[in-house]
Amino acid sequence: MESGSGLLVRRIREGTVIDHIPAGRALTVLKILGITGREGARIAVVMNVESRKLGRKDIVKIEGRHLSPEEVDKIALVAPRATINIIHDYRVVAKRRVTVPDIVEGILMCPNPSCITRVGREPVKPRFRVVSRQPLVLQCVYCGTLVSEEDVAEQLAEGG
Amino acid sequence: MGSGSGWKGRDVISILDFDRDSLEQLFEVADKFSSLLRERGRIPLLEGYIVALAFFEPSTRTRLSFETAAKRLGADTIGFTSEEAISIAKGETLADTIRMLDSYADMIVLRHRYEGAALYAAEIAEHPVINAGDGKQHHPTQAMLDLYTVRKLFGTIDGLTYGVLGDLRYGRAASSFILALTIYRPRMIYLISPPLLRVRPEVRMVLDERGMRYREVESLEEVLGELDVLYVTRIQRERFPDQREYEKVRGSYRVTLELLEQHARRELRILHPLPRVDEIAPEVDGTPYAAYFEQARNGVPVRMALLALIAGREV
Ligand SMILES: [Zn+2]
Repeated sequence: MESGSGLLVRRIREGTVIDHIPAGRALTVLKILGITGREGARIAVVMNVESRKLGRKDIVKIEGRHLSPEEVDKIALVAPRATINIIHDYRVVAKRRVTVPDIVEGILMCPNPSCITRVGREPVKPRFRVVSRQPLVLQCVYCGTLVSEEDVAEQLAEGG
Repeated sequence: MGSGSGWKGRDVISILDFDRDSLEQLFEVADKFSSLLRERGRIPLLEGYIVALAFFEPSTRTRLSFETAAKRLGADTIGFTSEEAISIAKGETLADTIRMLDSYADMIVLRHRYEGAALYAAEIAEHPVINAGDGKQHHPTQAMLDLYTVRKLFGTIDGLTYGVLGDLRYGRAASSFILALTIYRPRMIYLISPPLLRVRPEVRMVLDERGMRYREVESLEEVLGELDVLYVTRIQRERFPDQREYEKVRGSYRVTLELLEQHARRELRILHPLPRVDEIAPEVDGTPYAAYFEQARNGVPVRMALLALIAGREV
């Protein structure tokens, strides 16, 4: 899975390894997962290591934690090429690619302040369609506003 | 599509939801209505229908145009103006207001200041929702009557050179017209605006995706001589953070008779969604260049055609 970089951090026994995160996005991934470091779980963050696929990449290892489908969807938005490895007894027992869904619902807020999804009490969930996967570009279904990968990452880094 | 089947019960949210065939059908019905209207005042195809006019934002022209269209078809109208909307909206969500109207009326015509309000309403309502302008992007029925006017003036919408002038960023009539042109094959589209008021990225994306030939320019004089159609829109002072910037562009975008006689082709026709302030000098009004009054007149037959087709009634 991670030949050179694997040497940097000890392997984990149980948990999840998120690999192929674009360089610099590891902290956003932690934010998405609500991990502050105060939970007591062992976390390893490896940033800016060489990658054949990405040039440079980040890796996040989390001991004793598995991800919910909603968390995986969010990670896909900031790390569309990430792989998620489920570790059991030091071994990778499952390896999953994240996928950006065609419609992203409820996860992101529309950046346009005069979009109907931003109006106080209207029972409407923000909804985006994927215009492009690489680079990631989303479009608000309601107001048409385009949202770039950077905007998405910024928003998810702020929220969490 | 092609036949009438595509129109019945349909929502009208964005001009991009329509293809050439369905628009052509709309224009043919509008042609019939405009000649019938010359003979008689009423064409009672929608007797017993109730059309709700929900105008959350002031727009006397569009509201009266829809109301006239509905009444000439024999339909009744209910609804409210923006002033009344303020008290209705107090404590009530748009969703609830739409539900109420949906239970009373056969169609809902909605004008709202938030982008996406019409699509949202259409998701809630069981009856068709017609967007009479929401936010800065969509005003599909305006775009329909604009296209209809061009088709009437030139016999075609394809192959012409268009200039769209003014606030292309926040002006919904301009945005909708530009999007509408992408359904056709214009020869060239010049987007003429100050840098601050250029088209929004999502509009440019549609132009690119659909392989339109277009250019963004600042100067009208530079391109005026090439144009068949000049679509003029208002530039609103409040869009400018810097008032001196506004004063600069305001002066440069005044379409005067002198300017036209110097630069324009004799075949040039000028459109404007109205109301205008001072973008077009009044002395242009009496010349063959001025097509904006005819454009305004086309509003009723086009909207009649729209209502009739959505109701599934044909002439
Ligand atoms: Zn939006």
